[in-house]
Amino acid sequence: MTLDLIISAIVTIIGISTPILLAATGELVVEKSGVLNLGIEGMMLIGAVTGFAVTFATFNPWFGILAAAAAGAAAAMIFGFLVLSLGSNQVATGLALAIFGIALSTLIGAGFVGMIVPPFTSVFPAVLAKDPILRVIFGHSPLVYLALIIIALVGWFLKHSRAGLVLRAVGENDLSAHSIGYSVIGIRYAAVAFGGALAGIAGCYFSLVITPMWAEQMTAGRGWIALALVVFAGWKAKRLVVGAYFFGMLMTIELYAKATGFAFLPSQFWAAMPYLMTVIVLAVISARDRTGSEAPACLGKPFMPSS
Amino acid sequence: MRIRFEKRPDPSRTMLFLTPVLAVVLTMLIGIVLFQALGYDGLKTVEAIFFTPVLAAYKWQDVATKAAPLIIIALGLSLGNQAKVWNIGAEGQYVAGALGGAYVAYLTPGVTGSWVILAMIVAGAICGMAWAAVPAFLKTRYNVNEVLSSLMLVYVALQLMSFMITGPLKDPNGNNFPQTAPFTEAQLMPHVLPGTFIPPGLIVAFVMMLVFWLVVSKSVYGFDVKVIGAAPSAARYGGFNAARTIWTTLLISGGMAGLAGILEASSQSGQINLGFASNYGFTAIIVSFLGRLHPVGVFVAGIVLAITSVGGQVAQTAVHVPSAAGGLSQALMLFLILAGDVLVRHRIRIVSSQANLAAGERL
Repeated sequence: MTLDLIISAIVTIIGISTPILLAATGELVVEKSGVLNLGIEGMMLIGAVTGFAVTFATFNPWFGILAAAAAGAAAAMIFGFLVLSLGSNQVATGLALAIFGIALSTLIGAGFVGMIVPPFTSVFPAVLAKDPILRVIFGHSPLVYLALIIIALVGWFLKHSRAGLVLRAVGENDLSAHSIGYSVIGIRYAAVAFGGALAGIAGCYFSLVITPMWAEQMTAGRGWIALALVVFAGWKAKRLVVGAYFFGMLMTIELYAKATGFAFLPSQFWAAMPYLMTVIVLAVISARDRTGSEAPACLGKPFMPSS
Repeated sequence: MRIRFEKRPDPSRTMLFLTPVLAVVLTMLIGIVLFQALGYDGLKTVEAIFFTPVLAAYKWQDVATKAAPLIIIALGLSLGNQAKVWNIGAEGQYVAGALGGAYVAYLTPGVTGSWVILAMIVAGAICGMAWAAVPAFLKTRYNVNEVLSSLMLVYVALQLMSFMITGPLKDPNGNNFPQTAPFTEAQLMPHVLPGTFIPPGLIVAFVMMLVFWLVVSKSVYGFDVKVIGAAPSAARYGGFNAARTIWTTLLISGGMAGLAGILEASSQSGQINLGFASNYGFTAIIVSFLGRLHPVGVFVAGIVLAITSVGGQVAQTAVHVPSAAGGLSQALMLFLILAGDVLVRHRIRIVSSQANLAAGERL
């Protein structure tokens, strides 16, 4: 009985963490390249509605995921063009993208309210996926494993690959990277597109996995949590995974507190925790290293080589 | 043939005025196409969003009511933005201000006298400031990015509000609804000035516009803020105090957002309920940019943004487009004004490939 409870809690935590892990992985790559895109929530919602619509039309959720990734990347390109080609303010442009995505997804989704789509089938045989104990490993949606594979690849890419080194160089010192001959703008475009694609997939996790239907603003602010997570993790891939499950645990406690009325502290306290802890972590890492903190040095700064 | 941006020696004043107007006009044109593509009547939708609220006199009160908080918040944000201090958390400061005022209301249930509403307003401004003091402290003490810290605190404020109105401040006679007790007569301001469509907030917004105009254009402080924003390193050598600017701009913008929050609560909603936070703090960021960070520009931009908000609701009833159409127009406007910035700072040159080649050789 207790074991059952623990297992279902773990399954819930992993499920609830996956979209923020996906979106935060994308944002990590974007921020490592020196760009701050605040528009995650908007890209997620565009991904959510596109993924739903395409799955609805094709009856194949995998097409939905691909479409969600493409739509997220396309939305990110609006941001990319303004910020990278026109040198606009990243904070304001990112916020515009968030507002744009929220509104556009509502307009596109208006026709899909109340429809349902076929859910994902497990990639593992039912013996494993439905087993009361083994389901803790095999019982998740395929997207959960996809997210873990992606974060592992991104972690390796950033730390050990040559291209990852170039990406980080662009984020740490754009002028030097430019003078060595790397295309700062080109690399940042690629990073922004990748971030958008992952945010799109993260969004469709809501409309295809959590509840296989579309609802207005169904990502419910998780895009901002993903943004917090990147900061909370100190811009490190490994800590991103740990942080995602930690935030997932807080969100699960919040759900439990809401359902039962009380879990040591009111549900609002648990809901505010990820943000509060992010602010505290931000202060701690900045205080420990006064010279520049762990944030990429060029984060948020426009790069205009010709001027 | 290709297009090239050449940096202007000085920002173009013509473009500074022209680009916001262009952004609004282009938003309408793109809106027509976009709404049509989404399966709605594009022309009618844009008409409902941008024109009906202006042409139909019975909508003016709605527009004025929505414009007031936007202008008040955006005036404060513009000051910070001039110093390149980015307060993204006005929404949280707005909520904190309203809660502070509501707490005073909670303490003064049966009290009469005009000092009650004054105390609520002062408490609102102070709570907004307190909420903005956190990013200011973290920025000046630990060099924490204020964009991230102020944004995170928005969500803390929203949860605090939800907690307060379901817990300590919950209306005992409210049938268990998550809301505060309705404010008493001494705690309320009129919806509108008697005989007009103008809410009290808009008067405050207008007076504040004049105050900010004086401060920005005439005072030494306004000059400091601009220098620190335009040339931070030069300002440091010149003996300007950056930490003081960070503190003051954040406190002022937080105080203004808090003021907007309590004005809204005491003159419009009459209590705080779950729907109280309505993104004014975020929309005000658009207002600030569309108004070119200038107090008069902000006043006009606040009205334009309020028109599109009201217009979104008009579109919903008149053309059966979700009211998000208003939000979409606002986002488009912000995209376009940000894109237009490039015209302020740069000249567009269309160069033939030959000239391009020559330019390449020079490099």
